[in-house]
Amino acid sequence: MIAKAAGFICGLIFGLGLTVSGMSNPAKVLNFLDVLGTWDPSLLVVMAAALIVTFVGYRLVWRRAAPVCAADFQKPQAMKVDRRLVSGSVMFGVGWGLVGLCPGPAITALIIGGEPALYFFLAMIVGMGLAEVLFLGPQVQPAGQHAKHRRHHK
Amino acid sequence: MTTAFTPVLAAIGGALIGLAVVLTMALLGRIAGISGIIGGLLRPKRGDLGWRATFLIGLAAAPLLHLAVFGNWPAFRLSTPTGVIIVAGLLVGLGTRLGSGCTSGHGVCGMARLSLRSVVATAIFMGTALVTVFLVRHAAEIF
Repeated sequence: MIAKAAGFICGLIFGLGLTVSGMSNPAKVLNFLDVLGTWDPSLLVVMAAALIVTFVGYRLVWRRAAPVCAADFQKPQAMKVDRRLVSGSVMFGVGWGLVGLCPGPAITALIIGGEPALYFFLAMIVGMGLAEVLFLGPQVQPAGQHAKHRRHHK
Repeated sequence: MTTAFTPVLAAIGGALIGLAVVLTMALLGRIAGISGIIGGLLRPKRGDLGWRATFLIGLAAAPLLHLAVFGNWPAFRLSTPTGVIIVAGLLVGLGTRLGSGCTSGHGVCGMARLSLRSVVATAIFMGTALVTVFLVRHAAEIF
């Protein structure tokens, strides 16, 4: 129950950050990406501020033994730059550049973005499902990652 | 169409995003990557669904909080044709799961962890997005 409440608060603050900074507006994001046209550098400032807070905040948080509402800190274990990371990021970049929506703003857009935002959201979920079915089969990730998480528990 | 450079609001909003990311680690011990949080719902594991669902509900509800605080809805303008929107949505969904992250997971959380994978991923999706926008908006002027 506490974890669910924490999740809601975190999501709400994250979303408010997107709306306050204007990153929930695809036009503003596309203008950031249009360096040689109607450039709007706002996204750079958003990213810098988020990175500074996260860089310092993460290091303070990791001094604790464990998170408040969970057993342990779960940090990604993968280290290698592989073909999957590269090809996925290329696809994401093209999609992001076409519309100006990435997954976070795709969700805040559900209330403010009308029908086009809904189409984008549904297509994105289908794309994520395709990734699961085609590339991330059930055996690939859990085997390595779970074993590592269990070791952390002990 | 132009949008104004809004450095102060951008800094405040970015700090709020950072706060949410740090709180997600402090309270839940998790990386606040939106594509990863959705992905975990598509690959359900017992005891791991609740916080993901409520996080996304909070995220979706944020424009209501914005309205309550500022008295106006957040700006939103999207004039891309529907066909392109659907193709882009598929690419963003497929690409973020295949690439294990998006602007939040790689761009903020991973870069703040100084993860090489995240730095490379962020450079690639930023680069391809810049090229895509250039081609869509300016290719005709040049070629």
